[in-house]
Amino acid sequence: MTPVRIALFVTCVNDLMFPQTGRAVVGLLERLGHTVEFPVEQTCCGQMHANSGYREEALPLVRRFAGTFAAYEAIVAPSGSCVAMVRESYPRLWAGAAGVAARTYELSELLVDVLGVTDVGAAFPHRVTYHPTCHGLRLLRLGDKPLRLLREVRGIDLVELPGAEECCGFGGTFAVKNAGVSAAMLADKCAAVTGTGAGYVAAVDNSCLAHIGGGLSRAGRAARTIHYAEILAAT
Amino acid sequence: MTGSGHIISTQAFPVAARKELGDTQLRANLRSATHTIRDKRLRVVSEVDDWEELRLAGAAIKDDVLARLPDLLVQFETVATAAGAVVHWARDAAEACAVVADLVRGTGADEVVKVKSMATQEIGLNDALARAGIAAIETDLAELIVQLADDTPSHILVPAIHYNRTQIRDIFIRRMGGADLSGLTDEPAALAEAARRHLRAKFLAARVGISGANFAVAETGTLVVVESEGNGRMCLTLPETLISVVGIEKLVPTFADLEVFLQLLPRSSTGERMNPYTSMWTGVTAGDGPRQVHIVLVDNGRTSSLADKVGRQALRCIRCSACLNVCPVYERVGGHAYGSVYPGPIGAILSPQLTGQDAGANRTLPFASTLCGACYDACPVRINIPDVLVHLRQSGPKPAAERAGMRAMSWVMRDRRRYAAALRAARRGAAPLRLATRRRGAVRHLPWPLSAWTSSRDAPLPPRQTFREWWAAR
Repeated sequence: MTPVRIALFVTCVNDLMFPQTGRAVVGLLERLGHTVEFPVEQTCCGQMHANSGYREEALPLVRRFAGTFAAYEAIVAPSGSCVAMVRESYPRLWAGAAGVAARTYELSELLVDVLGVTDVGAAFPHRVTYHPTCHGLRLLRLGDKPLRLLREVRGIDLVELPGAEECCGFGGTFAVKNAGVSAAMLADKCAAVTGTGAGYVAAVDNSCLAHIGGGLSRAGRAARTIHYAEILAAT
Repeated sequence: MTGSGHIISTQAFPVAARKELGDTQLRANLRSATHTIRDKRLRVVSEVDDWEELRLAGAAIKDDVLARLPDLLVQFETVATAAGAVVHWARDAAEACAVVADLVRGTGADEVVKVKSMATQEIGLNDALARAGIAAIETDLAELIVQLADDTPSHILVPAIHYNRTQIRDIFIRRMGGADLSGLTDEPAALAEAARRHLRAKFLAARVGISGANFAVAETGTLVVVESEGNGRMCLTLPETLISVVGIEKLVPTFADLEVFLQLLPRSSTGERMNPYTSMWTGVTAGDGPRQVHIVLVDNGRTSSLADKVGRQALRCIRCSACLNVCPVYERVGGHAYGSVYPGPIGAILSPQLTGQDAGANRTLPFASTLCGACYDACPVRINIPDVLVHLRQSGPKPAAERAGMRAMSWVMRDRRRYAAALRAARRGAAPLRLATRRRGAVRHLPWPLSAWTSSRDAPLPPRQTFREWWAAR
């Protein structure tokens, strides 16, 4: 495999709250022989602004992202919803972002489609269930790419999550604007996770996982959340 | 001109939703019913090889209709009139109700039988007729249940989805006058038999039938009603006078276009390959069916929706309700929380568009979604509901505090130094909380406005080092 120079868009949520996910992506890609760069000018993709109806406030962030990553051939982010924002919404918000948008990948797309690997040499001897997050599933159409990567992990006991494709109830500002409905959806998702007996619930989005993890922790459940990049980085 | 009628919610969605969430019986009924229809739909859709092509065709035909609406409406009026129908035009709910009430009054009837129709629900026809001294009898089984219970429908296709069969038996025993129903069981066949006996007398005595239409064919002046129970066929053929209330977006250009929709609709709505009854009529036919055929074409906010380039796709809707059945929000709260006869994802975009977002609490409806996208995947005419929701959030009114917060956050995110400083501040601010929490570094209570998060879930705390700090130190 020819080494590829890859720019990491860590996302603002991961930068502050889940830096271990960013570290996992760096470790994983370097282990596979690629060079990872972190353009420090990056901030936030503007998804929350755009999806909440603040297009004017999102636009400067769209331009900023396009400028920051203009020089890179491949941009990777460990988030389905942020990549969906960049790839699906950016070109419609600002035509100038179309080129960068097309070169921005969610981690499993980069690994499976661009780099052509499914066995990344990881080991994770735990029972894991996988929740496909909505924007990864229905906007990016990731399909089973994250699962194909997880299935190759040594020692993993991957169990199916009942009702996997149902939304967990996070929905960005929905989680606070419609907290009651969000909590009802969360309760069902947590029950499904608990029912699998898995020690970990994995996903491609830490924002959804923060919501699910908060629900599991509040209910006193033992299952923990983990970004799937951290499983792929584990050896 | 904006729309009026039963499409204006009076209570903000989060408030209305909270009330419904407290009803555990409702939650159980909805979960069971939506999952049953959802699974049925998936089965029958997956057996159609060209389903995606059908969806594209359905969307394209409807977009063509919307682009040529004025011409097609005039064509429809001309052809239908030539076939013996009388076409009436109504700008809003009040006008439409007045037209229908006058027509019924003209026949001297004080009772009408009704085919299930969203348009008549939308304009609030039953109430308007009651005010004019005319009793409107719903003949669709689920509509009848809702009417007997003095309730309102909570689903487009399955108006009584919020009741289980035991509750329905109790409603029949309490409210269905005439026969002795004390021994009625909650067996579906027994319930259907009771409804049949109750309705038979109404059908045979009715002089006026009122319907909507699933489709109106511009080329031929034909109206189409698609149904499952045969009650529609009775209402459309037995009475002397038939009045059909039709939204102006119900048009299809040609008879051949029905080929697409008669495949899309039943599979998407009831999860059937084909619906049991499809009735089509064109004006008056000598010696067969009603002698007087009236068609009331209703705008009620559709023209103003049509002016919105993004939002107009909502007018493609064929009222199948597939989006309701797959919606995780609808599944938890049911239809009443939306305060409109159009609930669920389609209601969240249709109601505020028809009425304008200033009407009642309709501005809260575009936020009644996680943008999970299940509705778009299920929609047989490919209405990109998440896109329209975001569009309506963009164009709708915004709370001043939220706007200020969003602006401030955008300002911070526009500059790397400001952004990095904000991350450091958040990390430091969390330090005392970290000391105070024992359980996995998770916080159980945060002050307002973050309390909306911790009301139902713990909050994570930022670790000691941000990613960029780690990268810089590496």
